[in-house]
Amino acid sequence: MPKTLILFAHPALEKSRVNKVLIEGVRKLKNVTFNDLYEEYPDFQIDLKREQQLLLEHDRIIWHHPLYWYSVPALMKEWFDIVLEYGWAYGAGGNALVGKQVTSVVSTGGSKEAYCAQGHNVYTIDEFLRPLERTAKLCGMHYNDPLIFFGALHFTEAELDAASTTYRQLLED
Amino acid sequence: MAYESLFISACVYLLAAVISVPIAKRFGLSSVLGYLVAGIVVGPFCLRLVGEEGADVMHFAEFGVVMMLFLVGLELKPSLLWRLRGPILGLGGSQVVLTTVIIAGIGFACGLTWQVALAVGMALALSSTAIVLQSLQEKGLTKTTGGQGVFSVLLFQDIAVIPMLALFPLLATLQVGGSDDAHHGASAGPIQDWLAHQPGWMVTLLVIGAVIAIILAGRYVFQPVLGIVARTHVREVFVALALLLVIGIALLMSTLGVSPALGTFLAGVVLADSEYRHELEADIEPFKGLLLGVFFISVGASIDFSLIASKPAIIAGMVVGLIAIKAAILFALGGLGKLILDQRMLFSLALAQGGEFAFVLLGFGVTEGVLGTELAQMLIASVALTMALTPLIFILEEKVIRPRIGTREQEDRTPDAMEEEAPVILAGFGRFGNYIGRILRSQKIEVTVIDSDPDHIEFLRRVGIKAFYGDVCRHDLLESAGAHEAKIIIIALDEEAKTERLIETVRKHFPHLKIMARALTRPHLYELMAAEVDFTIHQHSGSAAEMGEAALRELGFRAHQAARVTKAFKKHDLKTAIQATVMRNDEKAYISFIREQIKDMERHFEDDDTLRSDAKVDSAWETEALRRDTNSTS
Repeated sequence: MPKTLILFAHPALEKSRVNKVLIEGVRKLKNVTFNDLYEEYPDFQIDLKREQQLLLEHDRIIWHHPLYWYSVPALMKEWFDIVLEYGWAYGAGGNALVGKQVTSVVSTGGSKEAYCAQGHNVYTIDEFLRPLERTAKLCGMHYNDPLIFFGALHFTEAELDAASTTYRQLLED
Repeated sequence: MAYESLFISACVYLLAAVISVPIAKRFGLSSVLGYLVAGIVVGPFCLRLVGEEGADVMHFAEFGVVMMLFLVGLELKPSLLWRLRGPILGLGGSQVVLTTVIIAGIGFACGLTWQVALAVGMALALSSTAIVLQSLQEKGLTKTTGGQGVFSVLLFQDIAVIPMLALFPLLATLQVGGSDDAHHGASAGPIQDWLAHQPGWMVTLLVIGAVIAIILAGRYVFQPVLGIVARTHVREVFVALALLLVIGIALLMSTLGVSPALGTFLAGVVLADSEYRHELEADIEPFKGLLLGVFFISVGASIDFSLIASKPAIIAGMVVGLIAIKAAILFALGGLGKLILDQRMLFSLALAQGGEFAFVLLGFGVTEGVLGTELAQMLIASVALTMALTPLIFILEEKVIRPRIGTREQEDRTPDAMEEEAPVILAGFGRFGNYIGRILRSQKIEVTVIDSDPDHIEFLRRVGIKAFYGDVCRHDLLESAGAHEAKIIIIALDEEAKTERLIETVRKHFPHLKIMARALTRPHLYELMAAEVDFTIHQHSGSAAEMGEAALRELGFRAHQAARVTKAFKKHDLKTAIQATVMRNDEKAYISFIREQIKDMERHFEDDDTLRSDAKVDSAWETEALRRDTNSTS
């Protein structure tokens, strides 16, 4: 079980059903550090040193967030901008993250069918996540297949349980 | 009444000042010139309002020079003085020696005996501290390299007067009538008598002892006494103490036969690190200004026009010659001091006149039998004329020479010797001011703190914060604290009336300053908003907002949500305050408005669900509606 850092970004967790259940199932796992960005930095003042230290201490990074406007929530973007410094995460001498694993864990409102050429959103989820994939690769990290929870707004109790199990199994891998 | 003649003289001098200085200023001339011309006008050769007593008045007003040097000392920390030792000894020393030798040589060539020539050389080598420093300060040139050279030379000259006075009796060649009238004050007291009979080394020892005593007293006596008096909060007692300090030291030094100006200068330097520095400056400044004004007037009045009229060619030759010789020597020295051309011109022209010490030395020389009355009076008239010409020379330098040369020195090239003023003035330094000060200092921004609580100040000093004692509402104190150079004044005083008074003062005297003021109460906030200060905030709004936010978090709110709710509330509160400001004087409308606002606020934050799930800051990240919508479509 690789040491895992969950970077969780949800600006309105109080409004989310699925994500509450998802994080409850994993935040206490022994190999997991749960980093709740919106709780940690309500005023967007990200502590660069703390975040970089956390990254160094873990082998696997999880980017966990709902999909807002086909992208990450604002604070997650801020996190990329501030923490992944030139000369540290990329660029000349920037090899602090080389070799680490990255997995995106994303919940969407739209169903899986909506994310294809014929669907409502026209493009696949992989295409929407290209910026994350490139970010990981630019930093020399392995970008694993993302774990997507489609149609999360309408999960039944059984579906919630199943989602929680899937997420936990991913982290206990 | 016995006061009458005093009051008449006072009226003449004050009236002369009040009329002449505004006129001089109106034409863009320095106040020194205004005073001098006023002196000529009221003097014995024009209106005859001032007669024989003019000379006495001049001696009295010379005390302005003593005060001026005290103030100069206050501006100059010991460390800075130490850094200036090179120019003081180098520039000052060579100026005095060279000028003395060359003028004495000319005098000797003209047929004077070498003793008389040397005495004349020494008297004329000195320049006028009063006129030059006053003019430089008025023109803002004290911090330029040229200005600092000037200051160094003047300082050396002030010190050099002492050995010159000691040397004069040795040069005596004439018979003097009353033989035991030696020490130049006619009223030699018992101490002077005793001193006169002591060997030279004893006097030297006493002088050194006095200097050390002043330095030690500055550290261990003046400071605590100033604190005790400041704590009484009776301003005139503080003024009295400041005057006592200056007059006392002057008296001590002149009793020992040492320049009183040097003594007070030293005391000023010792107190330059003190938190009472700005208050002392502000208290002494008006006395100094008035006395110097009177001094300049009496210089004007003392010019003997009948003597000048009887020997116009010789006097004119002496005036022009003196200025030319001194300027030439200074110009050469400026080159050695590596001054660039425009600064070198300033340096040489500023110091080209004779000075008030020449009057003292020449008068002393006559009583000591060094030189004859006729020669002394011609020299005194010439020196007075060169002093009167100095403001005109400054104008010549400023309006004609400097524009030709063009290379004006950059302001930022001379950060060293005189202190740079801080961009922020903090008025009131309780916890609130303290916090702001620390934020600014964390970014290396200098802050000048002024507070009227001596205990407070002492504590701040001990923890290493630059803080000064005084009533911040006084514009003269603000001025000496650097209000002209500062950009912002932050007002965190504990009294509404005081805050209001300070804002008025700043608006009137320092309109360039941005005003940031803390409000003490809600109505005070409205008053400050109505006064349109640049920034204002209720003293408790920041901490209350943070506590409210923390309470929300304790209740289980997500941190980000609590932050957004708090910010939204703050914004709403500000809007309310702005509207309330408009109607603050109409009580009825105000009450009903506030009532309406409270209702409105509750409605704004009202929640149809539980408080926890949605506090309705806005409808960002909406899920409920989305859930309904996607249900109906699918």
